[in-house]
Amino acid sequence: MVRVLPLFVAVPLGAAFMLPLFERLKKVRWLADLVAVAVTIFLFIFALQAMASPGAVYWMGKWSPESIIGINLVLDGLSALMLFTINLVAFCATLFSIEYMKRFTSKPLYYSLFLLMVAGMNGVVLSGDMFNIYVFLEIAAIASYALVAFGVESEELEASFKYLILGGLASTFILFGIGILYNATGTLNMAQIAQTLGVPGQNKAVLLAICFFFMGFGLKGAMVPFHAWLPDAHPSAPAPISAMLSGVLIKALGVYALIRVLFNVVGVTELVANALLIGGIASMTIGGLLAIGQWDFKRLLAYSSISQIGYILLGLGIAAGVLFRPEIPKAVAGLALFGSLYHLLNHAVFKGLLFLSSGAVEYATGTRNMREMGGLRHQMPITAGACRVGVFSIAGIPPFNGFFSKLIIILAAVLARYYISAAVTTIISFVTLLYYIKVQRYILDGDVPEALEGVKEVPVLMQLSLIILAVLCVALGLFVPLLRESIFQEAERAILSGLEYVQLVLAGG
Amino acid sequence: MPKEMLPYLLTMVLLMIGVYGIVVKRNIIKIIVGVIITEYAVNCFLILQGYRDGGIAPIMTADMNTATFVDKSVDPVPQALILTAIVIGLGTVALMVALAIRLYEKYGTFDISEIRRLQG
Amino acid sequence: MNQRSGMTLIVKTITRMVAAFIATYGIYIVLYGHLTPGGGFAGGVILACGFVLLFLAFGKDFALEILSQRGTSIWDCLAAFAFLAIALLGYIGGTFFYNVIAKGEPFHLVSAGIIPLANIAIGIKVAACLFGVFIALVLFRMARSPEEMEEE
Repeated sequence: MVRVLPLFVAVPLGAAFMLPLFERLKKVRWLADLVAVAVTIFLFIFALQAMASPGAVYWMGKWSPESIIGINLVLDGLSALMLFTINLVAFCATLFSIEYMKRFTSKPLYYSLFLLMVAGMNGVVLSGDMFNIYVFLEIAAIASYALVAFGVESEELEASFKYLILGGLASTFILFGIGILYNATGTLNMAQIAQTLGVPGQNKAVLLAICFFFMGFGLKGAMVPFHAWLPDAHPSAPAPISAMLSGVLIKALGVYALIRVLFNVVGVTELVANALLIGGIASMTIGGLLAIGQWDFKRLLAYSSISQIGYILLGLGIAAGVLFRPEIPKAVAGLALFGSLYHLLNHAVFKGLLFLSSGAVEYATGTRNMREMGGLRHQMPITAGACRVGVFSIAGIPPFNGFFSKLIIILAAVLARYYISAAVTTIISFVTLLYYIKVQRYILDGDVPEALEGVKEVPVLMQLSLIILAVLCVALGLFVPLLRESIFQEAERAILSGLEYVQLVLAGG
Repeated sequence: MPKEMLPYLLTMVLLMIGVYGIVVKRNIIKIIVGVIITEYAVNCFLILQGYRDGGIAPIMTADMNTATFVDKSVDPVPQALILTAIVIGLGTVALMVALAIRLYEKYGTFDISEIRRLQG
Repeated sequence: MNQRSGMTLIVKTITRMVAAFIATYGIYIVLYGHLTPGGGFAGGVILACGFVLLFLAFGKDFALEILSQRGTSIWDCLAAFAFLAIALLGYIGGTFFYNVIAKGEPFHLVSAGIIPLANIAIGIKVAACLFGVFIALVLFRMARSPEEMEEE
């Protein structure tokens, strides 16, 4: 496994450069579809294998851990989990794109940008040094700016421009933070930075770097108060891209990078823990409350993404906070992290599902306005069924996965004696239920409006990707204890034991 | 405040000027210029990391042995970093300009306060 | 000759004289990237600037005959592919990006293994890519200009 780790980046990158050459081949249009599906299936199977054997370090070009300039890729539990999430959603989105993207002008260019984005995200989660995180993050981000504007209508251009300006600013902040860390330690390798800095909170310059990272990764991950671009950008993209952006991009670029930098590189302090808690609660509340008033289906989903990112950040904040309160057992931190990462995976699955079903609804009816829809369960039974599973999951109805992850986060908050956080989380869960009842009421149930009399079910491939994600929603909910032992424990360990990361990178591989 | 801090502070001032441009200006082109200024601020900041008094360019020539090279030259890593950052910045700016042209075509104006079809 | 196809005779003559030098200089910077300052990116930018100069001096038809928009896209992809292939070549020696070719003696043109090859790939990519960006931005404007002239 270790030897082929670079292929996670190289294969999608190579395919992305190959696809524009197919643009002229009008007779073999299926070739682009074939390449994209083949690459994403390959990556998904690869990611499954990577999850089976985490704990690997790969040094490019035979540089050794002793040198300070080698570039390395690190596959620990957290990276493996993120790889699985990214490539799962990417596979389903590609499957969905085959039919959905027929309306747009150039499919090969679309797949090319899509695979660039996947390559960038895989690179971010695997990279072992700060600067490569920045480079891969920019690859993914620039591809996503272009993909948001892919329809070249005025709204899409406007949203993309907004996203681009704020994204560019975020990248600048991140690079500033990296510069400060380089100044303080003289190296860019994350393990070596962690080793040089030693005890967290000692170096005042690092505090400034943390501020920059919070602003930069917070902007990329749409943490309140840096969320303004998300409700415009995510609905404007084509549906499979919305699923990728909301499902994994904000997590890989925002949440993952924040976790890696805060927990494994600079080390958490009480201040960081509080910032994560406040950011989490603010995102959760503001995103949730703003979602209620939306009538555009995709816009509602986008606001809901902000709210759900809040849950993940809150879980992280609780885990970080517990580390500074000796009276609370360490296991609570593990539980909070489990809830947070579990919710991250779950949110990728059900938000991917919901955005894809919004795409399916738009494909069939031609509208995103919920007032103009209704009764789709009669005409599009499979889409409606999958959408309902997604709605139940995100709203936290018991047998589905969203219920368990939210329950675990609330439980961890209570055990860690963050009673107010627990209360707010519970209330926001009901708010979530409220606006998803609205989705059900206006889209799935009710009477069919006259304009939508002749609406038919979407093509089989689109149904297939919806069904895969819907089944996963149920499966992830049913096998919680099994999942915790198999995949999440490794990731928790990778985050909580910051020093172990240093040992893994500098000794192993 | 030590004298060596001054250049760092100036890059921060440059960053703030860029952010000011992005936040306050209404013209799309001026906003793009603001983003470019922030990029230059971070490039200046990074290149300062490698500075040393009386240093030479980090290029090895035939009449130089490794010891004097290590002794004299400035840190090459930040230079490699900003070269990459410049390339990335170029991509971002090209995309921004392309979007600005398209936006002008659709809306007939560069004024951001008139480009407001999306609410909130 | 119509007004749009380029600038005055002076500009055209000077361009004719310097274009070859610019191209040579760009290629020099690319090839000597592992020995002197510069390298793939800088040399590629110089080459692209040469194309842009031709475009400005002689008009779009002349420049696009040498390198069309489609051509830039193809060269762009092929060069990126070549770079990736060089990186994958490292697997012969065991790891990704490993320098498998003999390093040779320092300070000679043929030395440093895969680095000059990578520089050439980057140079082609950057030249094609930058000129492609320029064409894309300019042609978009030109495609619209007849309507604008009608309005005036």
